[in-house]
Amino acid sequence: MTVIELVKVSKSYPTDKTPAAFDISLKVEKGEILALLGPSGSGKTTLLRLIAGFEAPDEGSILLNGNIVSEQGVALPPEKRGVGMVFQDYALFPHLRVSENVAFGLKKMPSRERNEKAGNILALVGLSDYKNRYPHELSGGQQQRVALARALAPGPAVILLDEPFSSLDPDMCVRMREDVTDILRKTGSTAILVTHDHEEAFSMADRVALLNHGRLEQHDTPEGVYHTPLTPFVADFVGKADFIPGVVQGGKLITEIGCLENKTLFHEDAEVMLMIRPDDIDLRPNPEGHARILDRQFRGSENHYRVQLPSGQIIHSSQHSVAYYPNELHVDLQLQITHIVAFDKSIMDQYYNEIRE
Amino acid sequence: MIWLRSPHRSIDRWGLAVFCIAAIVIVPLGVVLSSLFTVNDEVWKHLVATTLSSVLWNTFFLTLGVALGTTFLGVSLAWLSAATDFPGRRFFDWALILPMAIPSYVTAFVAIGLLDFTGPVQTILRHWLGAEGFWFPQIRSRGGIILVMTLTLYPYVYLLARNAFMTQGRLALEAAQSLGHGRWSGFFRVALPMARPWIVGGVMLAMMETLSDFGAVSIFNYDTFATAIYQAWFGFFSLSAASQLASILVLLVFLLLIIEQRVVSRAGYTGSGRGGGQGDRIQLKGLHRYAAVCFAGLAFLMAFLVPVVQLLIWSFSIFKTDFDLRYFGYIFHSLALGSMAALLTVCAVLILVYANRLHNTPVIRFCIRVATLGYALPGSVLAVGIFIPLAWMDNQIIAHFNIEFALKGTILAMLLAYLVRFLAVGHHAVENAVKRISKHIDESARNLGCTGMDMLRRVHFPMMRGGIFTAMVLVFVDVMKEMPITLMTRPFGWDTLAIRIFEMTSEGEWERAALPSIAVILAGMIPVFLLTRDSNRESL
Repeated sequence: MTVIELVKVSKSYPTDKTPAAFDISLKVEKGEILALLGPSGSGKTTLLRLIAGFEAPDEGSILLNGNIVSEQGVALPPEKRGVGMVFQDYALFPHLRVSENVAFGLKKMPSRERNEKAGNILALVGLSDYKNRYPHELSGGQQQRVALARALAPGPAVILLDEPFSSLDPDMCVRMREDVTDILRKTGSTAILVTHDHEEAFSMADRVALLNHGRLEQHDTPEGVYHTPLTPFVADFVGKADFIPGVVQGGKLITEIGCLENKTLFHEDAEVMLMIRPDDIDLRPNPEGHARILDRQFRGSENHYRVQLPSGQIIHSSQHSVAYYPNELHVDLQLQITHIVAFDKSIMDQYYNEIRE
Repeated sequence: MIWLRSPHRSIDRWGLAVFCIAAIVIVPLGVVLSSLFTVNDEVWKHLVATTLSSVLWNTFFLTLGVALGTTFLGVSLAWLSAATDFPGRRFFDWALILPMAIPSYVTAFVAIGLLDFTGPVQTILRHWLGAEGFWFPQIRSRGGIILVMTLTLYPYVYLLARNAFMTQGRLALEAAQSLGHGRWSGFFRVALPMARPWIVGGVMLAMMETLSDFGAVSIFNYDTFATAIYQAWFGFFSLSAASQLASILVLLVFLLLIIEQRVVSRAGYTGSGRGGGQGDRIQLKGLHRYAAVCFAGLAFLMAFLVPVVQLLIWSFSIFKTDFDLRYFGYIFHSLALGSMAALLTVCAVLILVYANRLHNTPVIRFCIRVATLGYALPGSVLAVGIFIPLAWMDNQIIAHFNIEFALKGTILAMLLAYLVRFLAVGHHAVENAVKRISKHIDESARNLGCTGMDMLRRVHFPMMRGGIFTAMVLVFVDVMKEMPITLMTRPFGWDTLAIRIFEMTSEGEWERAALPSIAVILAGMIPVFLLTRDSNRESL
């Protein structure tokens, strides 16, 4: 069942040149976690606020459980929508205890039932022992869970999370990703998460919507987004990618690092740029090899090498954690490409111009 | 399905309310300033010929003297308290703020009572040293009033400079040290320049207070604009001359205000790094230690301890004969005026704050800025500026409706003047509380189905309660201490504690002025405690 549906939604602010959201259509199914992923200014927070009802779209419509809640210039106010939201700064009510914060949205029920429900949800997020504390007496991670519990309590159709982990330190952040995902799964919640961190989006979400300059560039599973990006921007944003020039000849894709079966739709003689992920390339030491190791970054679970090709282009290769090769070592490159992704050269040039601005 | 209503109508309603409040501030100001262009009457010509130049010079020297005095005393004490360590430092940290609780007119009459020819100090000296031939500085002099005003106003500079020294962080100083500057040269080359906007801000506040002071200068018979306005009105019965004098005073105040706003706008947060640990204070050694204790001790003694002890001695000696039923009247009037003004001010403040929160438009922001400028208007100016339009309205009503009607001599006139003068104080307190209510708080309340009055009751009011309380206390106490507005606009019989002090001091009855002074100081202590509590909480 579709919980949220956006149909050709556009929104722009008078002060900005480019629209904050342009012609965006997507669907979120029940129980699904969707990540809105993109750099700052890509319009992901705007989209979240449109869904929450804090903003009205200029064009297009938003449907919640099949009912239109937003249309051109008008929006059902947030308090009538039944949409839960977890804010970046949590926005807990500082004058209320944890249990009162959680019970805040549960007003149309007898107080005994209310307390019971708040208690159940606090137990679910593992904070039963803290129910009488005030928000400022809790750690960042605990505040985060209170905010989630408070948003879940009224049983909203969808939970919106706006960069929920950005104010936590990195260790805590990883733990909270797991905890929050668990809670969302356990309650069968439908959720939309805004983030600029592709690892966060990949580890939590069922599907990822990539936004750039207010446009939806790709809407796919995390694996799909990583392995088969539709645009250079997506390829670049969701992980390290090198682009190597190549040409299609005789059904083969010929590049500096080798020939590949042309599984792409490019026709004969097309000039393309092949996308290479660091895990697509294996290094084999060989004194006769044309490629040369520049340096190594040790990252714990893997070694990250920078390798220079004869043409001078530098590409990246990740090797397992005990593969130590000295700098200046000559190597052969072994391609292990599972998904061949290539972009038209002119599209690639256009992308480079964009990011240079 | 309920669609979002278009918000235009509610903007109008809030905008109108904010505009009305700004008008209450702007009308007296306009009335006073417009008198610059009115025809000179006889009294004004007389004043120009006789006293105007001396009033100008007096005001100039007093303001300059107080500026220099508060800068020296405030900055040096702030540096000792913020960056060094000496015996009793923790005590002096807050004790040096206490003089804020004493209105300058109280310190003024205590100084005269103590140090005048007939006072105990000179009497004892004469007794010891022989009757004739010894010289004692005249207290009722330009130097005397500058000293008194400095002792009561330096806490403004002290507080702001101390705050600047504490928050500027040790990093800049440590960088200076690593570049070969000792701690003392680091103070002059780094800490002092960095704190300059705050120091100038504090000195400007002290200078504005000096310009608007009425009580202390009238006790010293030192004629400034504030007293000249009173004399023109109540001595020569010329409201127009009073208002012309007031217009000059307003121009002087605005000059200061412009400088202040310019300088203070540059006072961004220069706090670099969190390294404000207590361990790295300069540990004063040997002679410096005692010099610091003596300096801070002397300031505390002169600005607080001696006046308070002297007042207590006088009060005890006079209590049995002087304390009677009339005092209940003074106390009741002070409490009543204070609470009414506090309530009125907080209502106006809430309108300003809420309008700004709901519709943050340039017009509303401008109106709020105008409305909160009233703190700069001296009380004697305001008294004139409020009285003239009310008197005009009275006349209009009598002329058109032929009924006996008077607004000018009612509590309403006083309350409006208090509102204008103390709106900024209340606004600051409430605004600070409201700033902590982030937009996300509102949005999460809405998300949970809570809006409008429900949000005000369940979220905003509980979060603003502290700020509203602080605002009411601050306004209440300021009204209790206030002298010129109360003196010039009170209805017959509405004598307050401050009026009692004025009347007793104008007859030279220092002992009898002591009792109401103690009451005013006790009330004045409350904001000081609120202030220290807040600053402690912020430093946590």
